[in-house]
Amino acid sequence: MAEFSLPKNSRMVVGKTWPKPDGADAAKVRTFKIYRWNPDTKENPRIDTYFVDSSKCGPMVLDAIIYIKNEIDQTLTFRRSCREGICGSCAMNIDGANTLACTKGLDEVQGVVRIYPLPHMPVVKDLVPDLTHFYAQHASINPYLDTQTPAPEKEWRQSIEDRKQLDGLYECILCACCSTSCPSYWWNGDRYLGPAALLQSYRWLIDSRDEATGERLDHLEDPFRLYRCHTIMNCAKTCPKGLNPAKAIAEIKKMMVERRV
Amino acid sequence: MSLKTPRSRVMGLGSAKDGVEHWWSQRVTSVALVPLTILFVVPFATVIGEGYDAMRSLYANPFNAVVAILFIGVSFLHLAQGLQVVIEDYVHDKGARTTLLLTNTLSCGLLGVAGVFAVAKIAFGV
Repeated sequence: MAEFSLPKNSRMVVGKTWPKPDGADAAKVRTFKIYRWNPDTKENPRIDTYFVDSSKCGPMVLDAIIYIKNEIDQTLTFRRSCREGICGSCAMNIDGANTLACTKGLDEVQGVVRIYPLPHMPVVKDLVPDLTHFYAQHASINPYLDTQTPAPEKEWRQSIEDRKQLDGLYECILCACCSTSCPSYWWNGDRYLGPAALLQSYRWLIDSRDEATGERLDHLEDPFRLYRCHTIMNCAKTCPKGLNPAKAIAEIKKMMVERRV
Repeated sequence: MSLKTPRSRVMGLGSAKDGVEHWWSQRVTSVALVPLTILFVVPFATVIGEGYDAMRSLYANPFNAVVAILFIGVSFLHLAQGLQVVIEDYVHDKGARTTLLLTNTLSCGLLGVAGVFAVAKIAFGV
């Protein structure tokens, strides 16, 4: 059956509570409850509690966890790079929803800030999920221009209207927030490609310059790869870039019917 | 343990080149069930409590009998397809999955045919 409860070795326990900052304005102190798991110990994951003086760090959740790492607990592990919502590294589950720590403001979270790794993925350490399978799924949809016509001397030309087709698709940064929020991906992620890979696939299916539309559709035409999407829409709700993978998947399903009727 | 590459795991046994028919059929049957349900339920409701003969004469009418046969057939087809997806989603143990999928197909087929036969028996007055 699908897993509706965590396996025994994944059940979380109460962790360490770190000291409150001295002499800080109590109104400015924010509480963080953060998922911790260390692969080197055999222990279950634990939820550590940290107190951060928000006047000492920047306005975003990422600023606060960088502050924790620099000033409170150097062992806290997470990914981050661009700090401006373009690299997708700091995707994590904050306040119950997958998003980017760098674009989520501390003021958007009421009360305690709860931070967990992206759901239903193997954890490497703390807030770092193993995205190997997710990236392999993206690679499997051939995310590049595929053409038969000899390459033109300068560039592949595209009309303004055709270019507009890519709006709402090319912005995807592969942060994995959508796929890891999708129950279908949780239950059948081994075979279902998930919203991110399917949105990326549609980005190439709809590209006027691409000449492999048929092969791309052949690759997706499968009860599991594509049709596990049941329009749950968690993907569109959680996307930190405001994209709509569910709509892209619906468009792929329409193309599948279109080539038959 | 397996040293399969991540790409190999994703490719699996390849695309089944199937799924469109099933998906499209689910949509077609759900659209068909909108008028069929109304046409089946409305006359049925009028004879509730009217007794055995009233019910028999309702389905002696060819229009009502055809609607009832279509309603039963399409409903069980739609049910079988819907349950199949639910089982594929949630049941991962291969043995349990195969058993449930078989049970689903066979029981929906049996109940559908039994329903159609019942209507036909009344309609032909045997």
